[in-house]
Amino acid sequence: MLDRIIEILPELNTAFFETLLMVGIGLLVALILGLPIGILLYVTDKGLFWESRVAKGIIGIIVNLVRSVPFIILLVFLFPVTDLIVGRITGPLAASVSLSVAAIPFYARIVESAAREIDKGVIEAAIAVGASPWLIIKDIILPETKPGLISGLTITAISLIGYSAMAGTIGGGGIGDLAIRYGYYRYDDTVMITTVIVLIVLVQLIQYLGDFIAKTVNKK
Amino acid sequence: MIKVEKVSKIYETKSGQVVGVDNVSLEVPKGEIYGIVGYSGAGKSSLIRCMNILERPTSGKVMVDGVNLLELSPKKLREARQSIGMIFQGFYLASAKTVFDNIAFALKAAGVAPSQRKKRVEELLELVGLTDKINHYPAQLSGGQKQRVSIARALANNPKVLLCDEATSALDPSTTKSILQLLKKINQELGITIVLITHEMEVVKEICDTCAVMQDGRIIEQGPSYNIFANPQEKLTKQFIDTILNFDLPAKLLEACKGTILQLQFRGNLASDAVVSDMLQKFQVSGNILHGKVEYIKETPLGIFIMELLGETEEVAAAKQYLEERLKQVEVIQHAR
Ligand SMILES: Nc1ncnc2c1ncn2[C@@H]1O[C@H](COP(=O)(O)OP(=O)(O)O)[C@@H](O)[C@H]1O
Ligand SMILES: [Mg+2]
Repeated sequence: MLDRIIEILPELNTAFFETLLMVGIGLLVALILGLPIGILLYVTDKGLFWESRVAKGIIGIIVNLVRSVPFIILLVFLFPVTDLIVGRITGPLAASVSLSVAAIPFYARIVESAAREIDKGVIEAAIAVGASPWLIIKDIILPETKPGLISGLTITAISLIGYSAMAGTIGGGGIGDLAIRYGYYRYDDTVMITTVIVLIVLVQLIQYLGDFIAKTVNKK
Repeated sequence: MIKVEKVSKIYETKSGQVVGVDNVSLEVPKGEIYGIVGYSGAGKSSLIRCMNILERPTSGKVMVDGVNLLELSPKKLREARQSIGMIFQGFYLASAKTVFDNIAFALKAAGVAPSQRKKRVEELLELVGLTDKINHYPAQLSGGQKQRVSIARALANNPKVLLCDEATSALDPSTTKSILQLLKKINQELGITIVLITHEMEVVKEICDTCAVMQDGRIIEQGPSYNIFANPQEKLTKQFIDTILNFDLPAKLLEACKGTILQLQFRGNLASDAVVSDMLQKFQVSGNILHGKVEYIKETPLGIFIMELLGETEEVAAAKQYLEERLKQVEVIQHAR
């Protein structure tokens, strides 16, 4: 069994980094696009400085729309877009496209609910002091939500690991791909169990790291 | 300094319209401490929040320092708010920021250069007496300390006005006193006009020059705090005054008294003992003090004494008349039997 693991190690190694790459890109996009969308969802809410039922309604519908499509369907549905952006529909980069699309609304909702935890009074005190909306977002809302933003990234990362395994089933690469190819098609239990263990360790590690950072930045 | 003209605030809620403020007009002169008292739901917060447009009035006009706040563009309104500080019952400090950063935020909002912020924050902490807490986070401070930080934040940009929404209601009595002393100092030394709302008459007694009583969105009575305490007109005002000048004599004591029981009010520097002793010398009556108290309404004494007069009916009547002439406020609590 050990022989088999050593034999598979190079491939496992590649798969591992492919997974990291996919999840990393997804997280990055979530941060770049999901974060502002989440903040926008929050500040257009009732009683806040950019209150707008129309804006909130439209963004909310789009976010819900994407979130309600099961990932595997989103993956297939996005093949044309993926092809356009990456030039192919298999491999980790291609999978990253749909992972990113899934990650954006997922993270946006987490950001929104994290921001809702801020006491409205803190924002009012900032308004009373004459601060502009931008300054309030940058200097109050973002720092106050930081622990929530970080634990939100942790949750997103773990979900993306799950999604990336699904992407693996249709040739997306990564650990999921490895598990399907050896474990499912060839009944190779050793590879199967190894990939499961690697995934468990990875998820634990991310969770631990996320919790640790969130706790360090929390000044409450 | 502040002029509120016919301001109404009506909230649209799912269950219909709720009146927060109902056609209120008031004027706060420069340098004054103006208190607004009322029970919860009276509309005090709604009213004070109209004074910096945290709540936009449904109708009416709000003038602060000669500027009509309702006509300003968003940018101009932000600038105007920099000269209207506000503090709250809940302090509302940013938990992720240190004391320094919380105060510096207000300076940043006003466009003060980073190099000048440190000096100003230190000055402000000096003023509120918290220099040693500059690098602490709000979670590491007591309620009174948090309120001091929020006062420093509110004063950062040298405002002309400070609005206080139940600023001491979350604090214990001794901390309340120290915060009130701080507000008084700010008023006297910096000349800042203060509007404060509260449900505690104690606060008005301590620092307010003028007092307004609010009920159901309206101001039902207002005037110099001393007059409000000495001579309340409305039932609700009397209720509030009673929380401080309450004289419930034990029923047993009243039963035991055979003479006329009078409540005497001494205002200002009128020496209470002199009036009573003059009266006792002039008339054939004997007096018996049952209760007495002197309250200081922003440093002016207001004394209330309850005494029993014993003697011939005519003498007692004459003595009472004499007291009425000298004191103007004499009330018979129980007739002789
Ligand atoms: N944002 C709001 N939406 C709806 N009703 C409100 C709102 N704020 C206050 N009210 C209502 O206005 C009235 C006055 O409230 P408030 O000004 O908070 O009184 P106070 O500060 O004297 O307790 C209450 O009936 C309250 O329910
Ligand atoms: Mg209130």
